[in-house]
Amino acid sequence: MANVKVLVAKPGLDGHDRGAKVVARALRDAGFEVIYTGIRLTPEQIAEAALQDDVNVVALSLLSGAHNTLFPKVVELLKEKGLNDVLVIGGGVIPDADIPGLKAAGVAEVFTPGTPTGNIVEFINANVK
Amino acid sequence: MNIVEELLNNHSRLALSKGITAVENEYDNAVEIMTKIYPHTGNAYVIGITGPPGAGKSTMTDKIAKEYRKRGKTVGIVAIDPTSPYSGGAILGDRIRMMDLMSDEGIFVRSMATRGSLGGLSQKAGDAVKLMDAYGFEVIIVETVGVGQSEVDIVKTADTTMVVVIPGMGDDIQAIKAGILEIGDLITINKADREGTDKLNIEMEMMLELNPEHVSWRPPINRTIASKNEGIEAVVDSIEEHKAYLMESGKLAEIRQARIKTEVVAMVNDRVNRYIDKNVVETDDFGKTVARLSTREIEPYSVVEEIVINVLK
Ligand code: B12
Ligand SMILES: Nc1nc2c(ncn2[C@@H]2O[C@H](COP(=O)(O)OP(=O)(O)OP(=O)(O)O)[C@@H](O)[C@H]2O)c(=O)[nH]1
Ligand SMILES: [Mg+2]
Repeated sequence: MANVKVLVAKPGLDGHDRGAKVVARALRDAGFEVIYTGIRLTPEQIAEAALQDDVNVVALSLLSGAHNTLFPKVVELLKEKGLNDVLVIGGGVIPDADIPGLKAAGVAEVFTPGTPTGNIVEFINANVK
Repeated sequence: MNIVEELLNNHSRLALSKGITAVENEYDNAVEIMTKIYPHTGNAYVIGITGPPGAGKSTMTDKIAKEYRKRGKTVGIVAIDPTSPYSGGAILGDRIRMMDLMSDEGIFVRSMATRGSLGGLSQKAGDAVKLMDAYGFEVIIVETVGVGQSEVDIVKTADTTMVVVIPGMGDDIQAIKAGILEIGDLITINKADREGTDKLNIEMEMMLELNPEHVSWRPPINRTIASKNEGIEAVVDSIEEHKAYLMESGKLAEIRQARIKTEVVAMVNDRVNRYIDKNVVETDDFGKTVARLSTREIEPYSVVEEIVINVLK
């Protein structure tokens, strides 16, 4: 009876929400419980929502270029709140050069434009705790 | 982490969250947690909000929560959305309307999927409410889409139930009328910025007129534009009036006692059903019995008799 819960969130001022919605629907269709939280959120709002819904995965979407500061900030706040087992993944318009830095900061995987959603589902199933 | 200890004594939001997960996922420690927190429940006032999809229930919940915060109360929210029957997954979209509550420590929002568990859902939602109650939230709001019986069962666990309707629902309104009469202590016409509000208001008035049940409490009809925070104070005033009415008339104690009875009966039924599933339905013998039944080699009445006698032994 334990369903995987995924919070899909967009930190910062970026209004591109198509990708986040596509991902949210694909995850629902794969049997996950998806909490979609909309656009323009602070890392604090995202981390608090993750705590209150006790999610297994936090999925961050950004196309504006602010990922290098906002993604690590979310990871940090999750840890601060004691959410140590949460899998954090990200996606959107993210240059390849930035990906190693994001991974070092605790983002488990980054999915860039053109990723088939099946890959995201597979990754979550293989890595969720 | 000791969930009970952390929840009751250290005011840990993480413990509250983990506790709800335990009941939601039916973890082994769920019964123990509920047993220990139960003596600390019964202090919160529970409000149920229901209505058709997209009526503005979440927007309303957000605004009512803020109004209660202004009045000095802490607020827990359980927001329930349907599970997709196709994939077993769900998109829980209620929280999107409540994101600016996330920076207030006096508020806690939990999203829940129906997970197709018909009877089980109201019990799980009820347990989530109890955990929030034990934690110390003074007002608890339960939001559910008013479509199915299990959703109606959930709002029945509330002290005050508010039904949200909107203009332009056409014939849908006919379908939910019976339900409204049965469960609504308050009726709120949301999206009052839309055409048809006056007409709907008259329809609602007439409906209440025709219902003989409302002798001592007549459900007030409020108009709101939740997205603009208009009319919310009056709604909260109405909730408080209903609460005062329930307390003064002694009805609050009455409905809470009736609720406990319903709850215990449901829990017993649930246990019995599970026992029968495991020890009867899922056995090889039962499969063979069904095969023999379908060829009419035997008849079901004696089979049932035998099963019941065996189970009760
Ligand atoms: C459509 C679009 C818009 C639409 C957005 C509509 C909407 N509601 O989403 C509109 C026209 C409104 C728009 C506006 C702007 N845009 Co625009 N837009 C695009 C465009 C062409 C496509 C984005 C898209 O929807 N793709 C389709 C979806 C399905 O793909 P996706 O989001 O990439 O998601 C996939 C993956 O990335 C991944 N993924 C995404 N998120 C997540 C999350 C997780 C957790 C996971 C696992 C995976 C994942 O999975 C998805 C499926 O494969 C891109 C260019 C591009 N090719 O990406 C520019 C682009 C994103 N926009 C850009 C810009 C600059 C703007 C504006 C600032 C333009 C302006 N000057 O006005 C505004 C700002 C809008 C705002 N409020 O933030 C730039 C961003 C530059 C940057 N990053 O440095 C881009 C890259 C164009 C460019 N090359 O310059 N835009
Ligand atoms: N015009 C108008 N729109 C409103 C009003 N209140 C809410 N809305 C909008 O109605 C839409 C649905 O609102 P929600 O609060 O999500 O409705 P809901 O009943 O919780 O929806 P579900 O949980 O999906 O059944 C949103 O776009 C709101 O902004 C209102 O008073 N007037
Ligand atoms: Mg809602």
